Amino acid sequence: MSGANRIAGAGRLTPARSLRFSFDGELYTGLEGDTLASALLANGVHLMGRSFKYHRPRGVLGAGSEEPNALMSIERDRSRRQPNVRATVQEVFEGMSAVSQNRWPSLAFDVGAVNNVLSPLFAAGFYYKTFMWPKRAWEKLYEPVIRGTAGLGVAPDESDTDHYSNRYTHCDVLVLGGGVCGLSAALAAAQSGASVMLCDEQAQFGGALAFETGIRVHNEDGFAWAAQTAQKLSAMDNVRILNRTTAFGYYAQNFVGLVERVTDHLADPDPALPRERLWQVRAKKVIIATGAIERPMVFANNDRPGIMLSSAARTYLNHYGVAVGTKVGVYTANDSAYEAAFDLKRQGVAVETIVDTRDAPGEGLLSTAADLGLEVLTGQSVTDTKGARRVSAMVVRPNGGGAARTIPVDALIMSAGWTPSVHMFSQSRGKVAFDASTQRFLPGDYVQDCVSVGACNGTDDMPAAIEEALAAGSNAARATGSKRSPKTKVSCEGAGNWSGGMSGAAAGAGPDTTVKAFIDFQNDVTAKDIRLAVREGMHSIEHVKRFTTNGMASDQGKTSNMHGLAIAAEALDREMPQVGLTTFRAPYTPVTFGSIVNHARGKLFDPTRRTPMHYWEEEHGAVFEDVGQWKRAWYYPRVGEDMHAAVNRECRTVREVAGLFDASTLGKIEVVGPDAARFLDLIYTNGWTKLKPGRCKYGIMLREDGFIYDDGVVARLAEDRFHVTTTTGGAPRVLNHMEDYLQTEFPDLDVWLTSTSEQWAVIAVQGPKAREIIAPLVEDIDLSGEAMPHMSAREGKICGVPTRLFRVSFTGEAGFEINVPADHGRAVWEAVWAQAEPLGACAYGTEAMHVLRAEKGFIIVGQDTDGTVTPDDAGLNWAIAKSKPDFVGIRGMKRPDLVAEGRKQLVGLKTRNPMTVLEEGAQIVADPNEAVPMTMLGHVTSSYWSENCGCSIAMALVANGRARRGETLYVPMPDRTIEVEVTGTVFFDEEGERVNG
Amino acid sequence: MLLIHCPYCKEDRPELEFSHAGEAHIVRPTNIAAIDDTAFEEMFFLRDNPKGLVYERWRHIHGCGRFFNAVRDTVSDRFLTTYKAGEPKPDPVRLSKGADVAKKGAAK
Repeated sequence: MSGANRIAGAGRLTPARSLRFSFDGELYTGLEGDTLASALLANGVHLMGRSFKYHRPRGVLGAGSEEPNALMSIERDRSRRQPNVRATVQEVFEGMSAVSQNRWPSLAFDVGAVNNVLSPLFAAGFYYKTFMWPKRAWEKLYEPVIRGTAGLGVAPDESDTDHYSNRYTHCDVLVLGGGVCGLSAALAAAQSGASVMLCDEQAQFGGALAFETGIRVHNEDGFAWAAQTAQKLSAMDNVRILNRTTAFGYYAQNFVGLVERVTDHLADPDPALPRERLWQVRAKKVIIATGAIERPMVFANNDRPGIMLSSAARTYLNHYGVAVGTKVGVYTANDSAYEAAFDLKRQGVAVETIVDTRDAPGEGLLSTAADLGLEVLTGQSVTDTKGARRVSAMVVRPNGGGAARTIPVDALIMSAGWTPSVHMFSQSRGKVAFDASTQRFLPGDYVQDCVSVGACNGTDDMPAAIEEALAAGSNAARATGSKRSPKTKVSCEGAGNWSGGMSGAAAGAGPDTTVKAFIDFQNDVTAKDIRLAVREGMHSIEHVKRFTTNGMASDQGKTSNMHGLAIAAEALDREMPQVGLTTFRAPYTPVTFGSIVNHARGKLFDPTRRTPMHYWEEEHGAVFEDVGQWKRAWYYPRVGEDMHAAVNRECRTVREVAGLFDASTLGKIEVVGPDAARFLDLIYTNGWTKLKPGRCKYGIMLREDGFIYDDGVVARLAEDRFHVTTTTGGAPRVLNHMEDYLQTEFPDLDVWLTSTSEQWAVIAVQGPKAREIIAPLVEDIDLSGEAMPHMSAREGKICGVPTRLFRVSFTGEAGFEINVPADHGRAVWEAVWAQAEPLGACAYGTEAMHVLRAEKGFIIVGQDTDGTVTPDDAGLNWAIAKSKPDFVGIRGMKRPDLVAEGRKQLVGLKTRNPMTVLEEGAQIVADPNEAVPMTMLGHVTSSYWSENCGCSIAMALVANGRARRGETLYVPMPDRTIEVEVTGTVFFDEEGERVNG
Repeated sequence: MLLIHCPYCKEDRPELEFSHAGEAHIVRPTNIAAIDDTAFEEMFFLRDNPKGLVYERWRHIHGCGRFFNAVRDTVSDRFLTTYKAGEPKPDPVRLSKGADVAKKGAAK
């Protein structure tokens, strides 16, 4: 038996297909096709959650994605625990485990419910007023406590083991919503030959046909027609239809995001399947057929479990075969609740009384009610309800006043009318327009190429809605180039009309009352809260919304927005459109982070770049550091060495013997063409026309504002060919910078730029024995100091492989940089290593490289410069060609501020105690006893222990620094003040003789 | 995500393939070294940032690599046209009319 409240013969589920699931540890039986909500209701479980703020007991309000109350946690295992799942959307599967939220210790007995008693303290805006003092307590006390007691589900604490997929696609016509209108529109478009996509958030197509069992389409049951039509569509080559797929976001140029839930309904999903699939669809035309959502009535204590929308009760009955109660009360302001009452009564459920706030409902309804023996109280209202964990009675009172009557019920179904779902239209940046005659917002001005049809367009009459949908479908097909125009017909009868109803508080919950009449069930916002917000000066709906949090929960106010607006309008004594409607934002319903993050996680979050020698380095014990996307060997610790010891040894070895360094990550750009030198003249501060082929030069590149942008060594290989190197991180932006000037400012120059960063592996061999190490391997190149002096470049062969061999040095030692095609990088490295190791050389990493260059005062752009440093600040005026009429930055570097006295200049620092190593980024002051805030003169940019100098060394940007040489300055630290002496930037081999060795 | 028409590839491609490159039609003076501070300020720092039509540069960086110009409406985020670098600035009056026509067409 799948629950005592299942009515034999009712609904569309198959009684034989039962399954077991648990809720809060209790085992229940459901049927295949049940949602968690319908299965629990079948078992008589109405209490499904606790409310956000007051911890009030709550049951389901709806039967669809608008559900604000029945939020649960579905747990497959520790890493796959999904909080805040709407029980009305989640299909049950064999073995499912669902857990209620926001309660302790249990759903039935929740300590937090004390908030309900204390609710006068928690009026709208209370956070802003109550927890203001003392100020420091917010961070330490109030916020943690509030966050602990409020809040809904708990996020999983382990990494998600599911995977998600992502597809981009294009179509002529995208139809959002698979109810009778969406199906009709899709059919018309598809039969005209357009490529069509149709999606619907539910498991089965049909929309309202699931509960509107009176509707017959083409003379058969409407829901059966929907199933057949969906099948027919899916068989067509030009159609893709997606169920369990929510259109959550409507972006620019008809770009619509859909999320397809692939496995959430399966007991034992194939691990190969993604949990969800994100569809990013670019549609030529979008047809919005998203229907309408029923509104609850706003009256005192309208939130007890068992009180729900009439359409929900109808869905549970007609689709799932579940009676939501045994004594059902009805409270309505429009016609559609009557249909629910009639259906229940016809299935043998006792319907106690229909309470209609209207004085004169339609005669037809009244006579059907009379025929069925139903009592109808017109001009009366439900002014209160009773019951603890489920509604037990409704209190009814005539609108004009009079004696109250308490009617025992165990369910109360309600309808205040239907709100057209203009969410997607509004997301498309369309402007909604207020329709005064029906008191609702409908699509007004369109901004994108889309059209709304059916209930979401305010077309209440079903045959007219279908005509509208068919026309939209065939028009969309024609507009996107389809030539065929078959007459698609869909005939229907038996539909009721859902116009009418009310927005705002019903009788008994008016401005003169203090009752809790809920509007926003998920955020616990009552009619009273809205009025309070207005009294406190919130006169725009945007302010009211933020003050009360109305419509700000994960259901985004699907059932509450209109009521909130109507109550605010009433309190302000204005018309609704003058108070304004808040804008609908994506996502329509909550979207998992998994589907958005998709494949971009873990190793695929960002590419990892490895040099050709990476695995050799790994095999030789290198510790790596991340430099942008690159993995770079940081240092090579030997047994027993810590980082400090390893770096000291590497630094010493390079200066005493030699070292091998993987410089492959350097950015490289090939600049080729008759005007190559002229182009570099414009891009760099230096002059290039006189540089002879076979020679290298250190170049500085500025931005137009005169600040240093990048630097690097450039080799001229031929009259028309330069091999440019850039900083590791700077390669893409430098190439972009060059391309920008070449394409847009100097388009007449005949030059080609090509990125070659990954084409060349670069092995730097530095140190006194560098020449001795590589000599046996090099062919066709004279390596002698005379033939190949410092800053020269040769082409030839090494180990039989073509090489560009540069005599350059970033260490101050004599050295070579061997460029070989990347594929040969490791083989050549190993050959060089075989020569180097017996001589006592070592491999060194980026840390030693940093120390060695700092010993020589070579800057690193981005470390010793920060985008506000000029060549003069960095002491690089010598690199500026004085005779050039133009280069990028020539004007910028003459700006008044850039030539002013007192700028920060790059200097060296030595600590008074040579063992003290400064912290990079530390501030520098002249007077350590000055009161805080002290006058900052500058900061430390680079700082290391120099094993070769036997002391700590540092570089710093200091105001008027070069003139302070020899001065004593101070670096205040939290625990002490460090005394430093301003020095030059070269700490080792000041004469620079070693590079020529 | 916007679709952008590359005037070199002559194709509508997704925004992901492009990078924005600031305001268009700012000419770097050929005698830049000689201009005064005010002229440099005007050329390098000051930008219009209007509500409505903007002339801006884009680069089809993950496509053909070319820089080109575009006219975009900052209110609707719609591209009115794109054109090759070096081509003259399109007449804003004509473009706005085009925009109105396009808007009416969409509502049909």
